Amino acid sequence: MNNRVLSLVLSRLLIALITLVIVSFAVFFATTLLPGDTASILLGQAATPEAVEGLRKAMHLDEPAIFRFLRWIVGLMQGDLGTSYANEMPVADLIGGRFVNTLQLAGVTALFSVPIALTLGITSAMLRGSLYDRIVTVLTIGVISVPEFMIATSAVLIFAVYLKWLPALSFANEVTSLADLLRIYAMPVITLTFVISAQMIRMTRAAVIETLNTPYVEMALLKGASRPRMVFRHALPNALGPIVNAVALSLSYLLGGVIIVETIFNYPGIAKLMVDAVSTRDLPLIQSCAMIFCLGYLLLITTADIIAILSNPRLR
Amino acid sequence: MTMTHSETKSARLSGTRIGYRFNIVGMVGLSIILFWALVAIFAPLIIPYPVGEIADLDYFGPMSPDFWLGSDYLGRDMLSRILMGARYTVGISLAAVTIACFSGVVLGMIAAVAGGWLDTLLSRFLDALNSIPSKLFGLVVVAAVGSSIPVLILTLSVIYIPGAYRFARALAVNINAMDFITVARIRGESTLYLIRSEILPNIVGPVLADLGIRFVFIVLLLSGLSFLGLGVQPPFADWGALVRENIGGLPFGAAAVMAPSFAIASLTISVNLLIDNLPRKIRDRSE
Repeated sequence: MNNRVLSLVLSRLLIALITLVIVSFAVFFATTLLPGDTASILLGQAATPEAVEGLRKAMHLDEPAIFRFLRWIVGLMQGDLGTSYANEMPVADLIGGRFVNTLQLAGVTALFSVPIALTLGITSAMLRGSLYDRIVTVLTIGVISVPEFMIATSAVLIFAVYLKWLPALSFANEVTSLADLLRIYAMPVITLTFVISAQMIRMTRAAVIETLNTPYVEMALLKGASRPRMVFRHALPNALGPIVNAVALSLSYLLGGVIIVETIFNYPGIAKLMVDAVSTRDLPLIQSCAMIFCLGYLLLITTADIIAILSNPRLR
Repeated sequence: MTMTHSETKSARLSGTRIGYRFNIVGMVGLSIILFWALVAIFAPLIIPYPVGEIADLDYFGPMSPDFWLGSDYLGRDMLSRILMGARYTVGISLAAVTIACFSGVVLGMIAAVAGGWLDTLLSRFLDALNSIPSKLFGLVVVAAVGSSIPVLILTLSVIYIPGAYRFARALAVNINAMDFITVARIRGESTLYLIRSEILPNIVGPVLADLGIRFVFIVLLLSGLSFLGLGVQPPFADWGALVRENIGGLPFGAAAVMAPSFAIASLTISVNLLIDNLPRKIRDRSE
């Protein structure tokens, strides 16, 4: 790794940090736009003006927004996420277990979708123009252009209503056997796998095709290398960077998908927590969840960019 | 490949051809889009039952000659509700995509022509905005200011301005390096003239194609938000909200759940088909 690569990576990290500051700024101020006074909403209609005034002071609501923002950021960095308005529990406690649930869901999905998507993407690029390639392309475009909830409802219709293999929308809380575990995860994971794989297949296919179009691959073909040798020896090693980049980018689509999937299947994850917090207008909870999501998203796209930089042979 | 190239070339050379040649798939896409546009405009005239009327005695009724798409969770006619829903889905998305692309393209052209600190500042800020996941952005705004149709339109357009900006800026930067721009600058033309008369005509084709793709994203996001109950609010219902209302019919396989989803899919897939099959004349500069 030479200096140029190092400086590119460092500047990418710096950009990510600046972006994070701007994003936290945006999240904080979007949530403070709330019309109405938080203190009087919390205390209800029967509150005396003195009580409202006291609470405003205690919550630092009488300070300028910029001070509240700084206080909030410093608290976040010290791990203090604030207290939920709705049930006065520390936000960190509310999020803790649910965060693990969401990570599990995302992890299992990635475990399934990455191998499936890579196989389909690479093979369809190899057989470009064939019937197989056309079917894969049409299916991926179809999945990408319909909303996530349609994939979820279709999965329920097929697997639960017609085939009766899996329970529909219920979510069992006690897990007693492996079969139960499979049943809980099956529907959300199937749905998410479809959504993520479609993106990943598209990007992988594009990355491999771009490499197959390079002069050195044509050279390999001309010197008489067999088709598999051409793809696996000459094209794939060079397409590896773009492919990993595509995988990281597609995984960022998990965030959008997870919000819909957790809601529709009633999965006790952090996205469901956030959607519920929006309907009760529980601001500290929304802010924390939003920051976690943005952090995850930023992490994935920054990783994707850094992989793209590291894998570019021209920079080596 | 070479065939189509020479064809478009000769068409351009002869100069008499007005309009563009579409292939079959593109035509199908275009006609479905036109169909939904007409439905959105004339919905009140063609619905068989008033939207709010409880017409069927049964709830989640099956498809029948009286109720082509069955009835919903209250026994209201699903076909009428979907036809009226087209107004919200198509209308809101169209308004949002127009605002997003107009602002994005104007800002992008200004940034490309002006360059310097303005370009850097604008690009950095909009990139940061772009790294908030779109659904999350929608959730936070709805949590903060509530969900009304003007708020939805504004939110959706703010979410998609960065994408339109980045696309237009990339195109405009290329055009900006051309000789005729340098000539215009030497002539002493103003920035306004440069972006309006020199750059815009050269990027308008790809920008329109990009508008179509962004329209699909907006339809999907709006439907997603409505599905979460954070988009269009009752008594009005767009297609996403119709799915949410009737999700209870899913275990019975009711037509009311899938019909609005198919409406969304038919619209988004046809826009994609149309864009993918646009004549190269419009599209070639975007590649």
